[in-house]
Amino acid sequence: MTDNAKIRVLIAKPGLDGHERGARVIAYGLRDAGFEVIYTGLRQTPAQIASAAVQEDVDVIGLSILSGAHLALTKQLKEQLAARKGEDILLIVGGIIPENDIDTLKQMGVAGVFTAGTPVSQVADFIRQNLQKAA
Amino acid sequence: MKVNDWDKLVSGVKAGDVRSLSRMITRVENRADGWKKAMQQLYSGTGRAKVVGITGSPGAGKSTLVNALASELSKRGKTVGIIAVDPSSPFSGGALLGDRLRMAEVAVNPDIFIRSMATRGALGGLCQGARDVARILDAFGKDIVLIETVGVGQDEIEVVKTADCVLVVCVPGQGDGIQALKAGIMEIADIYVVNKADRPGADEVVADIEGMLSIADQGKLDTAPVVKTSAATGEGVESLCNTLFERLVHARNKEQWLDKRVREEILSLVETQIMESLLCAWQESGALNKMVEAVLNKKADPYSLVDALLPDLSKEALNRQTAKATKTIIGPENS
Repeated sequence: MTDNAKIRVLIAKPGLDGHERGARVIAYGLRDAGFEVIYTGLRQTPAQIASAAVQEDVDVIGLSILSGAHLALTKQLKEQLAARKGEDILLIVGGIIPENDIDTLKQMGVAGVFTAGTPVSQVADFIRQNLQKAA
Repeated sequence: MKVNDWDKLVSGVKAGDVRSLSRMITRVENRADGWKKAMQQLYSGTGRAKVVGITGSPGAGKSTLVNALASELSKRGKTVGIIAVDPSSPFSGGALLGDRLRMAEVAVNPDIFIRSMATRGALGGLCQGARDVARILDAFGKDIVLIETVGVGQDEIEVVKTADCVLVVCVPGQGDGIQALKAGIMEIADIYVVNKADRPGADEVVADIEGMLSIADQGKLDTAPVVKTSAATGEGVESLCNTLFERLVHARNKEQWLDKRVREEILSLVETQIMESLLCAWQESGALNKMVEAVLNKKADPYSLVDALLPDLSKEALNRQTAKATKTIIGPENS
């Protein structure tokens, strides 16, 4: 990356739960970490998220899910991303995720899972480290 | 970035590949090595798209209006590119880009491409950045490019110099705002949009603007129209679209305006290039730090540093260099 490059992150809330605070806290925190954060709001379909991620050419997608539908939504998003040549985008998931599902998510290609209460700085560091590895 | 990567991106953009488009925008925005060469390659295929600037105070409903307008344009068979600009933090350099939130309706429309941009401070210049992205969208084949600026200020006047047509969005209740409009945006507005027209006070705003225009444009045939919309419900958007098409056909596309625009662009590119080159060199050599220290220690003053440190900027030296360069590009004057 050149000096002018900024890390671009899409924070998205798929599915039907309306609890936005977590996503907003993350978006705000990553902004303060120097990232360019694109926030698309509530109730996004996997197709909308994938389309936004590709058009915005983000380095990272962060999904905030508290509805319990994380497995199905993540699977659909991966499919939508593949259909748009966006499968290389780093994917992380945050929210209420049961311990048992974390491995399943990682097998689906999720790079990191952050459960409620994770400090934003930890998420920012994780993103920086993983993008360096990929570069 | 490798040269053939750029070639691949440029041919991808020309072929209408969305992934290439979005990647090329990132590289150009980042000023990655080779960006000017790539823009050169695209340039010949541009000039077809119409660029529309949308400006107004924060919360006036610019994003919602862009969403409604893009949707209407798409219904009329036009392909649309949207550039939505939000401010970067001067402290962290980060940004929260939230305009897309209001554009959910058109977000998955295959004929519409939305890109959020941060202002990224002064260096690199937002104006040129948005101008480059508009040009890439043009080369990609979009019929119309909508540029939504950040909230009103001097920057917006800058960015809007790129546009074929400028919409200034006003809302009821900004009575005092009209005063501000007179001073700043007055000269660049091609269409005034009074948005949130379902709210009380909309007719007063229309009357205020029309009153102001009747004084300012005395004797001119070409007074900017005022259109009422309620973007959230879609009310008035059809009529705005009609007005927009009319203005695009005959307003501003005069030679004088095109001349001015090219002039602006050359100067702005030169300005950024000089600034970036100097900064880069001075930071590497540590010269900038030494200058700052010298001023802080009262050993020097900023004014004398300017002349002492800059390369030869005398008229003779500059003209010699420019004459040589123009000869190479354009050829001898009398041919």
